[in-house]
Amino acid sequence: MDLILEGIKQAISLLFTLDPEVLGITWLSLAVSGAATGISLIFGMSVGTTVALTEFPGKRFVISLINTGMGLPPVVVGLFVSIFLWRNGPLGFMEILYTPTAIVLAQAIIATPIVMGITLAAIQHLPRNLRLQILALGATRLQMVWMLMKEAKLPLLAAVMAGFGGVISEVGASIMVGGNIKGYTRVLTTATVMETGKGNFDIAIALGIILLLLAFAINSLLTAIQQQQRPR
Amino acid sequence: MMKRSYVRTAVLAVFLTLVLAVGMAANASAAPGKMKNLILATTTSTQDSGLLDVLIPIFEKKTGYFVKTIAVGSGQAMAMGAKGEADVLLVHSPAAEKAFMAQGNGTARTLVMHNDFIVVGPPADPATIKMTKGATAAFKNIALSKSLFMSRGDNSGTHAKEKGIWKAAGINPEKEKWYQQTGLGMGQTLNVAAEKKAYTLADRGTYLALKKNLGMDILNQGDAILLNVYSVIPVNPTKFKKINADGAKAFADFILSKDTQKIIGKFGVEKFGSPLFFPDAGKKEESLGK
Repeated sequence: MDLILEGIKQAISLLFTLDPEVLGITWLSLAVSGAATGISLIFGMSVGTTVALTEFPGKRFVISLINTGMGLPPVVVGLFVSIFLWRNGPLGFMEILYTPTAIVLAQAIIATPIVMGITLAAIQHLPRNLRLQILALGATRLQMVWMLMKEAKLPLLAAVMAGFGGVISEVGASIMVGGNIKGYTRVLTTATVMETGKGNFDIAIALGIILLLLAFAINSLLTAIQQQQRPR
Repeated sequence: MMKRSYVRTAVLAVFLTLVLAVGMAANASAAPGKMKNLILATTTSTQDSGLLDVLIPIFEKKTGYFVKTIAVGSGQAMAMGAKGEADVLLVHSPAAEKAFMAQGNGTARTLVMHNDFIVVGPPADPATIKMTKGATAAFKNIALSKSLFMSRGDNSGTHAKEKGIWKAAGINPEKEKWYQQTGLGMGQTLNVAAEKKAYTLADRGTYLALKKNLGMDILNQGDAILLNVYSVIPVNPTKFKKINADGAKAFADFILSKDTQKIIGKFGVEKFGSPLFFPDAGKKEESLGK
């Protein structure tokens, strides 16, 4: 119990003294996971909507693939991304292993199926007639998609939160492709693992608390947008 | 109208994150100049003890190289070197290092420093190893009393040493119930052993760094077999063309230099009352522990 109190004290002091290292780590976590979520939104929402709105043979199979992808284990993603990015690997010429870019890439791969799966379900869940109605009112296909996405705002913002939540809390891939390099690729989760290994439990708890606060702040923002958008 | 402004906010947020992503990508490739990157594959003990946090910034400032320290077990560090995925290694697994050199994977293997391994366990000492002479006898006692033993089980230098001691004791613990493998780094394995009131083999540096929260005692130490020797090995650049050979050489020269060796010798004295590592540059491996 003392340890947890000590951790909370540490977290507060690290935050309020604006410890430059902790601020840097926090900022990097936010930037990397934010960027990864951004990328996953583009791919996840577009593909998810397309799959939801088109009929093609094997559609069920594709949907189960996407749904399986929602549970993609971060360590497996980390392993494959590392192998591809190795100097002597297929994408070695890019020289991005052990950089923040590599973490963004791995996290985007983790978040994309999550966003895709929820988008798919959200759009599919809309009443079929709505589509026909919108088209009947003379909307182009693109306008229709836009209308549908607006209609499904509530679950779509849930998709953003799920995607972001999935990557900001992820440690396996970040440590493998980022390497937990001090002042460069050290994010909140990998720093927590390292401080635990060092036996600095108070700092580890403090970093954990900062991570939770960060996740809470981002999700409150998204929830505010989501709830005010609620269609009556 | 309200609706619209929120949609715009959301779109803007997405757009901003994207700009950030592109900016970071550009930044990452631009910041540390291309051949300036140096990948150091090393053991968890050099990082968990905090030594590298002291040495690396000095090296970077002196030479302008940007060091990417990847802290893994010695086994994995050498595997990275053998595949050309690291430029220089700082490891502590002598038998495996010799094999690594014999395969032509490194240009030179030079002694950097040493400390020692210790057998730690619950203060109650159920296997009564405190009285035994030598680590081999202690391990025999642990096996005889079937006391819980936590192995790293990760091919690290510590794991290799531990297997060597079991071999010397003539015991194969692999399938025994009292023998468990964590597959984790030294710090975490110590934590697990402390929780389970188990014995384990640890390097002194990591144990001292973690001591305050462990509640474990040093129960056996001082045997010659417990010597823990760290070497630096620049990876052979003729095998892989992407190796930063100049950087690797600069790092080896740096860590063996007089000033650095002095820092290594003083590291930890302030915090733990005794040094965590003993500098050994220029010495022969055979002369250690005598």
